[in-house]
Amino acid sequence: MSSSFQQFLTDATRVAGDIRHRGLMQTALRKYEVARDRKKAAFSDWESARDAAAETKWEAINHLDEHLENLAQKLESRGTKVHWASTAAQAREIILGIIKSKGACSIIKSKAMTAEEIHLNEAMEKAGYEVVESDLGEYIVQLRHEPPYHIVFPAMHLTRDQISELFEKELGSAPTREPEELTMIARRALRSKYITADIGITGANFAIAETGMISITENEGNARLTAALPKTMITLVGLEKILPKMEDLALFLPMLATAGAGQALTCYNTMYGGPRQPGEVDGPEEYHVVLLDNRRTELLADPEQRDALHCIRCGACLNVCPIFRNVGGHTYGTTYSGPIGSVITPHLRGLQEWKHLSASSSLCGACTETCPVKIDLHHHLLHNRRNASASRPSFFERKAYQVFAWVVNRPAIYRIAKQCGRILDPIRRAVQGTVLDPVKPWTKTRDLPPMPEQSFKEWHRNRK
Amino acid sequence: MTITLFIPCFVDTLFPEVGICMVEILERLGHKVICSEEIACCGQPAFNSGYWDEARQVARPVLKTLQTSEAVVVASGSCGAMLKVFYPQLFAKTPEAGESHKLSSKVWEFSDFLVRKLEITDLGARFPARVTFHDGCHGLRELGIKKSPRLLLEKVRDLQLVEMADVETCCGFGGTFAAKFPMISTAMGEVKCANATETGAEYLVSNDSSCLMHIQGLLSRKSNPLKSIHLAEILNQK
Repeated sequence: MSSSFQQFLTDATRVAGDIRHRGLMQTALRKYEVARDRKKAAFSDWESARDAAAETKWEAINHLDEHLENLAQKLESRGTKVHWASTAAQAREIILGIIKSKGACSIIKSKAMTAEEIHLNEAMEKAGYEVVESDLGEYIVQLRHEPPYHIVFPAMHLTRDQISELFEKELGSAPTREPEELTMIARRALRSKYITADIGITGANFAIAETGMISITENEGNARLTAALPKTMITLVGLEKILPKMEDLALFLPMLATAGAGQALTCYNTMYGGPRQPGEVDGPEEYHVVLLDNRRTELLADPEQRDALHCIRCGACLNVCPIFRNVGGHTYGTTYSGPIGSVITPHLRGLQEWKHLSASSSLCGACTETCPVKIDLHHHLLHNRRNASASRPSFFERKAYQVFAWVVNRPAIYRIAKQCGRILDPIRRAVQGTVLDPVKPWTKTRDLPPMPEQSFKEWHRNRK
Repeated sequence: MTITLFIPCFVDTLFPEVGICMVEILERLGHKVICSEEIACCGQPAFNSGYWDEARQVARPVLKTLQTSEAVVVASGSCGAMLKVFYPQLFAKTPEAGESHKLSSKVWEFSDFLVRKLEITDLGARFPARVTFHDGCHGLRELGIKKSPRLLLEKVRDLQLVEMADVETCCGFGGTFAAKFPMISTAMGEVKCANATETGAEYLVSNDSSCLMHIQGLLSRKSNPLKSIHLAEILNQK
């Protein structure tokens, strides 16, 4: 058992039994579902929109090489420096190199899951720089020294009282239960950071190959300030974020807002095409775009699961996932949680170490049903399980299935096995709950029905 | 019509009544029902755990036995999905690929078979109770069955159907998942039981005994008076 699996089991056991957590998630996500369904209804046909989105991403990912070259070339033509990072370490090195060359001290950053993926904040802090998250949710979890709880809602696990207490402790503010007041407290603390920051770092929601532009969607205006005020702007973008054409945004912006947060459109939608051009009055003097691979091209090489690169990180699959709802975001122990995380983490961080994420699913398929770009999520969990078992089978599990196959394929032996089960059933019931109980994982919380006197097949035979 | 009824291993051993009701209903409708002694399991536990070689060992005799069947009715949405949706994947690029597709086209889940193949919704049943219906995920999402069981319940005399909140959310059974991750499975089941209990129903009905085994297990442990019952058992009440 890998250490990340052990950690997963410990955390899952704790959180799944936490009734307060269960209520918190249920309240938040039921509200999301209502809003999402209302906005879905604004599409003339949501299912056709999903088909169209899936097709567009299919084109983008299947011609990724061409689209990336176009993107880079267009960005460079307006003076942007484009960097290609094969690994997380390379991406960190590139970004730290830029920061160092600018003689920067403080950095303001807007929300970027790719930055979480490469542990950028830790690297920058270790190198002695001050880094401040400007998205409210991210700022809150940063103050708590925690990773985000969810791809889109980083602080969804916290109540307003917890946030008030945190601000009281970290920022010296007065306690309040009003979300508006809490927001104003964070805003006051953050405004000065934008002005003093030397570097602004952002993520990206889409990268438009046709025009060479980075599209960022947000609700707080913090990404705009992060991009506009510091002299140097850096965007870190996973190379799967590509969209072929500008017009694709007409579908993808409302789709991301609807699936992600139950909004028709996020409040701010901005495109970044390069540094300040001659004659322009604002914008960064220097613009760097770092394109991150970090094993995405390995996923690209897998035709069966390549569609996992269609992901637009809307978080919709997390929201509907009963596993996510019951174990929470931190239990996964990885940047991308929920169904998409359980599919891609074994690819990005190692199959054997992370296969338990693909195993810990009831395969209900709610994720696949909701995914706006139609990633075959729950079937990919099956594919990961198959690949993991094929490359390194568990001796006992395989033996168990071999024996099972041998028994069920021999009707006479199967009949005897059933009779044995019936004879032993009263003994099993007697030892239920003790160390001798062979089905303790089941009976710890659930009863098992007694074995009936007669099986169906016996009834059927006797009838003849 | 000659119908081959596929009784999965756990229905055979733990819930024979469900299979018996199905035989009686189908025979009452004038069909010949065959139940093969040769096949016991669809192979889903091995398949879902990633042991596809072992799953194929279990599935091969199923393919062979059902080759000549006119229609195959499966007494569980989950096992039905295994035969209909997953066999073609399991046997892809093997000599049995064609056979698996052929089988897939004639596989039905019990309630869907009654409604969409036989075009019958009223079986003359009477069940004076308030019930709520739980959709098994494999039936719901792999096979797309949502309406059929409800159309059947609508026609049952004196039965009142009350839908529960989050009705399409998984109960947490998930086959081997329930044993490998019992804490998550239990939490999911508790949410389901709470939603079902809130309806004030006396019975929780489903077309999948596997979900019911899990849900009833939780209900019994908590001495919750809500009882689980398979759809076929209701449809066979007079």
